[in-house]
Amino acid sequence: MTKKISILIVDDEESVRDSLYNWFIEDGYHVECAENAKKALIILESKNFDIILADLKMPGMDGLEMQRRIKSLNKDSIVIIMTAFASVESAVQALKDGAYDYVTKPFDPDDLSHLIRNATRQISLKSENEALKNKVISLENIEDLIGNSPAMIKVFKEVESVAQSNSSVIITGESGTGKELIAKAIHSNSLRKYFPMVSIHCGALTESLLESELFGHEKGAFTGAMYNRKGRFEMADGGTIFLDEIGTISTKMQIELLRVLETKCFMRVGGNKEIASDFRVICATNRDLKKMVENGTFREDLFYRLNVVNIIVPPLRERVEDIPVLVDYFIKKYCVSMSRNIVSINPSALKRIEEFEFPGNVRELENMIERAIVIGNGKEILLKDLPLGKEIVTSTVESLDDHEKTHIQMILNKYGWNISRSAKALKVDRVTLYNKIKKFALKPVE
Amino acid sequence: MNRQNITLIYFGYFEKSFLEKLAGSLKQLFVLDVIIIEGRIDLTQFYDPGRRQYDGNKLLKHVDSLTSEKSLKILGLFSIDVFIPILTYIFGQAYLNGHSGIVSLYRLKNEMYGMKQDNNLLVDRFRKTCIHELGHAFGLIHCHNPTCVMRSSTYVEDIDQKNQFFCPKCRTDLGLNLYNG
Repeated sequence: MTKKISILIVDDEESVRDSLYNWFIEDGYHVECAENAKKALIILESKNFDIILADLKMPGMDGLEMQRRIKSLNKDSIVIIMTAFASVESAVQALKDGAYDYVTKPFDPDDLSHLIRNATRQISLKSENEALKNKVISLENIEDLIGNSPAMIKVFKEVESVAQSNSSVIITGESGTGKELIAKAIHSNSLRKYFPMVSIHCGALTESLLESELFGHEKGAFTGAMYNRKGRFEMADGGTIFLDEIGTISTKMQIELLRVLETKCFMRVGGNKEIASDFRVICATNRDLKKMVENGTFREDLFYRLNVVNIIVPPLRERVEDIPVLVDYFIKKYCVSMSRNIVSINPSALKRIEEFEFPGNVRELENMIERAIVIGNGKEILLKDLPLGKEIVTSTVESLDDHEKTHIQMILNKYGWNISRSAKALKVDRVTLYNKIKKFALKPVE
Repeated sequence: MNRQNITLIYFGYFEKSFLEKLAGSLKQLFVLDVIIIEGRIDLTQFYDPGRRQYDGNKLLKHVDSLTSEKSLKILGLFSIDVFIPILTYIFGQAYLNGHSGIVSLYRLKNEMYGMKQDNNLLVDRFRKTCIHELGHAFGLIHCHNPTCVMRSSTYVEDIDQKNQFFCPKCRTDLGLNLYNG
């Protein structure tokens, strides 16, 4: 059932209050009246009204003063000032103080209807907007950060406190610890959340490609530049740019990046027009940037420009207490996505997971659980479903062939004996892999 | 005592056939007896010289005071220019879910807007306005259905565009209100 729009009428003239009251209740609004500003403010202390229709000239506190007080309690309240004695000065003042409108009595019936309809429309647009915003936030938080350990709680608190500021952040942590998730969490809890977060993996691109990706390029700037292209800095205007693996960028790119961070201006590759962009920078690295500064491989001025806040994400082995809840989360995630019944995990399998070092951190754990669900019995994840078994810890692996055999077997098991993916991971071609399988008489684990 | 009629009290001159046609339409729509009474009133006490119009709130109060045990609802009929303090003019008004309402011919005439006199159109507009105000008296609020007689009308063109009948929803609500007395 739609909530009725509520209107408070504040006027010292009884006939005006009665007329407005009768007019509005016929339109189905909830209406209350107050004979002066003081009584109106008392009513407003205990109730909210969508629209307040207030007379300008009243004994005691006038409509403008009442409006200022109402706005200080709730800046979004819609106040309409009405008067039989219109003046430009009072109209300007009322509107400057935040009045929705300023109307002269008596009203043309159509004008009054339009006024209230427009105010009503604004109220419903506002609540629609709020609802949509909340929906967007909940969608963005779909990959929630998981963790109850003291280490992760510390990280969450840091995210909360840094999110509201505009400060640059460097997120440090091993590969697979969730640095990008942390960056997304910072962005989606910041004032920039309604603008884009643009990510770029600096380590995956050559210097020239990285330059083009970041700054964009003009048509004809280089071979293959068939069109003008916006760079990531431009796309991030109003929002956040996430630079992953910042420690991999060249000295030249470091200089260019520093200039952009300082001036918030840049030119596209091949361009001559300066472009301004307002963005917040979040970087991530698994390297020790401070050491790189000492070694001279990372610019000190850029480091200090970026490292206003440093968030260190702990590796999974330092927050073992989070493993059960992460396992549970990934089980649910993949069972749902594969339309399977939720499986359980055998206690010994879980214990083995908790003992594992996880060099690949949470990403490795996630892959492990996904694989276990794929190859498992569909009811319970067992120890044998996990690539943590005896073939890894066996003490009989000594020769190079043994190591090769073990490694290939592990990779094949990891990718579910998908030859293409396994070959790619091993950085060999399919034919070579087939030959190795034949050579070592490898078979899928039953 | 069982109140089962709508009372039309006319103030000033109204043609008898006009009133009888109106009564017939109301009887059919509300399924209630309609009686017509001539009212006598000194209109000068309701006149506002500043506005040069007649105070609709005072007129409504006066009509409401004429409620009798025999009348379920009373509608005062006028041909003068009526206002309420907040609006430049009104066609009529009523107490929502109350006993009475008023309607005036004055602003329904084509001549008011510089157009050619049209008595049929005037009758039609007056009938719709009477049904609309009685609808309020029976507890109906304005309706968003563009053809429903309970649609809010600020100009005569708005009245011309709607029907003289209630939409299904308003008819249901009216039925309930009539049943509940």
